[in-house]
Amino acid sequence: MEVSIKINGANYERDVEPRTLLVDFIREDVGLTGTNVGCDTSQCGACTVHLDGSAVKSCTVLAVQADGASVTTIEGLANGELHAMQKAFTEKHGLQCGFCTSGMIMTAVKLVESHPDIEEDDIRHGLEGNLCRCTGYENIVRSVAEGARQFDPHSPWEMEPAEHKITLREAERRARERSRA
Amino acid sequence: MTTTERVFGKSVRRLEDPRLITGKGRFTDNLSRDGMAHMVVVRSPYAHAKVKSIDTSTAAAMPGVVGVYTGQEMAAAGFGGIPCAWVVPDSDTQTPSHPPIAIDTVRYVGDAVAIVLAESEAQARDATYAVDVDYERLGVVVNPKAATEDGAPLVHDEVAGNQCFHWTVSGGDVEAAFSQADVVVGETIVNQRLIPTAMEPRAALGDWDSAMESVTLWVTSQNPHIARFLLSLDTGIPEHKIRVVAPDVGGGFGSKIAHYPEDSMVIFASQQLDRPVKWTETRTENYLATTHGRDHVEEVEMAAKSDGTILGLRAKTWANLGAYLSTASTGVPTILHGLMLSGAYTIPAIHEDVYGVFTNTTPVDAYRGAGRPEATFMVERMMDLVARELSMDPVELRRKNLIPPFTDGHEVATGLIYDTGNYEPALDQALEMFGYEEARKQQSAARAKGRLVGIGVVTYTEICGLGPSEVAGAVGFGGGLWESAIVRFHPSGKVHLMVGVSPHGQGEATTFAQIVSDQLGVAVEDVEVVYGDTDQTPMGWGTYGSRTTPVASGAIMGAIEELKEKGTKIAAHLLEAAEEDVEFSDGVFSVKGSREEGKTIQDIALAANTAWSMPEGVDPGFEASSFFNPANFVYPFGTHIAQVEVDPETGEIDFQRYVAVDDCGPIINPMIVEGQIHGGIVQGAAQVLWEGAHYDDEGNLTTGSMMDYAIPKAEFLPKFELGKTETPTNVNPLGVKGVGETGTIGSTPTVYNAVMDALAHLGVEQIDMPLTPEKVWRAIDEAQKGGN
Repeated sequence: MEVSIKINGANYERDVEPRTLLVDFIREDVGLTGTNVGCDTSQCGACTVHLDGSAVKSCTVLAVQADGASVTTIEGLANGELHAMQKAFTEKHGLQCGFCTSGMIMTAVKLVESHPDIEEDDIRHGLEGNLCRCTGYENIVRSVAEGARQFDPHSPWEMEPAEHKITLREAERRARERSRA
Repeated sequence: MTTTERVFGKSVRRLEDPRLITGKGRFTDNLSRDGMAHMVVVRSPYAHAKVKSIDTSTAAAMPGVVGVYTGQEMAAAGFGGIPCAWVVPDSDTQTPSHPPIAIDTVRYVGDAVAIVLAESEAQARDATYAVDVDYERLGVVVNPKAATEDGAPLVHDEVAGNQCFHWTVSGGDVEAAFSQADVVVGETIVNQRLIPTAMEPRAALGDWDSAMESVTLWVTSQNPHIARFLLSLDTGIPEHKIRVVAPDVGGGFGSKIAHYPEDSMVIFASQQLDRPVKWTETRTENYLATTHGRDHVEEVEMAAKSDGTILGLRAKTWANLGAYLSTASTGVPTILHGLMLSGAYTIPAIHEDVYGVFTNTTPVDAYRGAGRPEATFMVERMMDLVARELSMDPVELRRKNLIPPFTDGHEVATGLIYDTGNYEPALDQALEMFGYEEARKQQSAARAKGRLVGIGVVTYTEICGLGPSEVAGAVGFGGGLWESAIVRFHPSGKVHLMVGVSPHGQGEATTFAQIVSDQLGVAVEDVEVVYGDTDQTPMGWGTYGSRTTPVASGAIMGAIEELKEKGTKIAAHLLEAAEEDVEFSDGVFSVKGSREEGKTIQDIALAANTAWSMPEGVDPGFEASSFFNPANFVYPFGTHIAQVEVDPETGEIDFQRYVAVDDCGPIINPMIVEGQIHGGIVQGAAQVLWEGAHYDDEGNLTTGSMMDYAIPKAEFLPKFELGKTETPTNVNPLGVKGVGETGTIGSTPTVYNAVMDALAHLGVEQIDMPLTPEKVWRAIDEAQKGGN
């Protein structure tokens, strides 16, 4: 089946099997391997991405369900400069092996977006869909709290369709993309 | 002239992080090679069966399939059994063969019976369902004690009674200790099977180069040099024709030590197809076919005098090894377990019999702590029972029996010589942080109102920093335990540090750069630590047993000292000064009193690399290679205290507080050390509260996915309160001890004792872990009925 999915601002049109999961589309068809797969039962959350502005586990979405949608992965979160949540994770040692980190950060961004004053208990509860085996969560919780404090809700790719100012770099990139099309 | 800030003891941000927070981690499954085929393993659905026939013809004809192979074909290609790398002496260890793909018998659910290769992973998986295997089911045994009883089905026909080994440790006069005792306590402890669950499933990518007759294997390994050595034994490929790369590895916790069948399978398949072959396990496969941990049944007794003096400990342990011997499986319940039964105490007499037992279950090997959590649990559980029997405060009982401070070795009854220790300050600090006396008062007040509050206290020590190679040999480990390092300055003054250990989340790319920076005065960012690639790093025995920093730092320091000496010679030559007048500090070689005219280490690196003018007898280049074989293990220690409250109506446990005071010697990076302790505490506490692998009588793993096996979540846990004391070891130059496993070793008995402390006055004596609400509620209910 033909699908067209916008990932990190670029359109990807591919012919996929109906059973193809969004995470496999992202990893195998598009080649963005920052989104990891840690289970086969939708428990671990390592594969969390933003789908039309919501954090979803991309192993529970079929690629065909995402046809026409806009997806942000961990690779698209930074815009030349690290996202506040990415900075917070390194500042507060919110990762060890780094395997759960992409999903953890993508969940955290959406968790704090609407709750900049989020309390520790709410962070812990909000991370219930993301498993980490290394950190005991202590420093992940600290990272998310720090990320919330530093949070700039206007992360680059999720401005569409809302009207926000975009960076020069993004404007240039879009212009190049348009001229190629 | 610049001075670099001293970074030893500073929470330097990790050099590993930038790629990992931006999705650029180089995990094995992220890698891909031109022309790569995908492998999926056909696994046995039965725990024990004869394989009567395998028909692969339908599968082979399916879309995209490029090959289907059985164990017979792999053996015919010259691939041998998977080697076991640890055979404990004086234990009559049986080592039945372990074909990478089962040939005539499958012995656990998940045992491989065939492999399918296809253009895509999905095509390969589809075809696995078309591989037709005719099984004849055999009797199954899953419990290690039941497996030794008469008439139990035999996992391996040649291993009588399923007994792989019988090992004993004995010190002091145990009979006398028990006959002189005023009190004897005892319990049968089931230290249940755990599933390590590194977040990254295992993966392997093999690329056979038929022109060079060599192979590269990218693999999720904690120890690529061991992997290469063992692969050379079963693949038949000589060691110098094998390159093993462990790129970013997403956690291991012991489960990525072993040489696994799939590592050899992808090499075999790559040879057959003359294409690269990648395999990545699903989480369900990970639960079935990656090693498990723990799984002991232990009958333990402790003898004490009425004043609380501990006289002796004796035990019989049945250790479930699973269906085959994994790489280190026999060493875990013996050397790493039985020898630690003195814990942090003076126990004059100790005896343990350990029976290693085969069952129709997934092989068992190291899991974080590996033997030491089981030993610590036994000792600490008995200490609480003695305290209860004597109506003593568990803290006072421990204090009375703690080994007094020692700075140059202390021998315990099992024969180990602990390196350094000073246990009471850690105990006092933990009690102070916890507010122990006040907490006990509050506990009494709560109990008076019917609330079930419990406090658990544990004083532990553990053996890590593995270890002296002579001891490795003496205890049957099939390798050395030394480490090596190369420190190489490039002409521009930038540094490569190459090490044989292979961190996978523990942060040594940062910690080791801090050592080099601190010692040689170069910026942390100017040091690239290279690890995880046998072609790029010197020999080393890998990352496990909390050995990476205590052992590898010795090698790093050796190389650093050599560079300081060489730099002094070169600087003296360039400064036209006598060698003995040149001093080195903060990155500058200078004549005493004239630092401004001195030469930076970068100047020296350039001078040595260009070699335009070298002192007589000094070779060009500015690098040093060093080997470090430690004189002893290291023994970190500490005190952990937990508080829980049990809901009498539901049996639910509220995990409320956790204080941990650990001593791992001088701390290089406090942020990283605290992270190790946090993670360790949670894995240990999880054994008490949530995790447990379970097999039914047919050998089906009924906890075969993350839906059934309860990995802790953030919301289950309290905030941890950490303290530290710093007692250096004398077995390595920096005085550092390991810290990767202390949290796990301390926390299991601490949390268990806390729960039992909450329930004991009701008459609840014991509940098998994990302490699920249902089990706790039933125990309370039965105790109350019994009391009526």
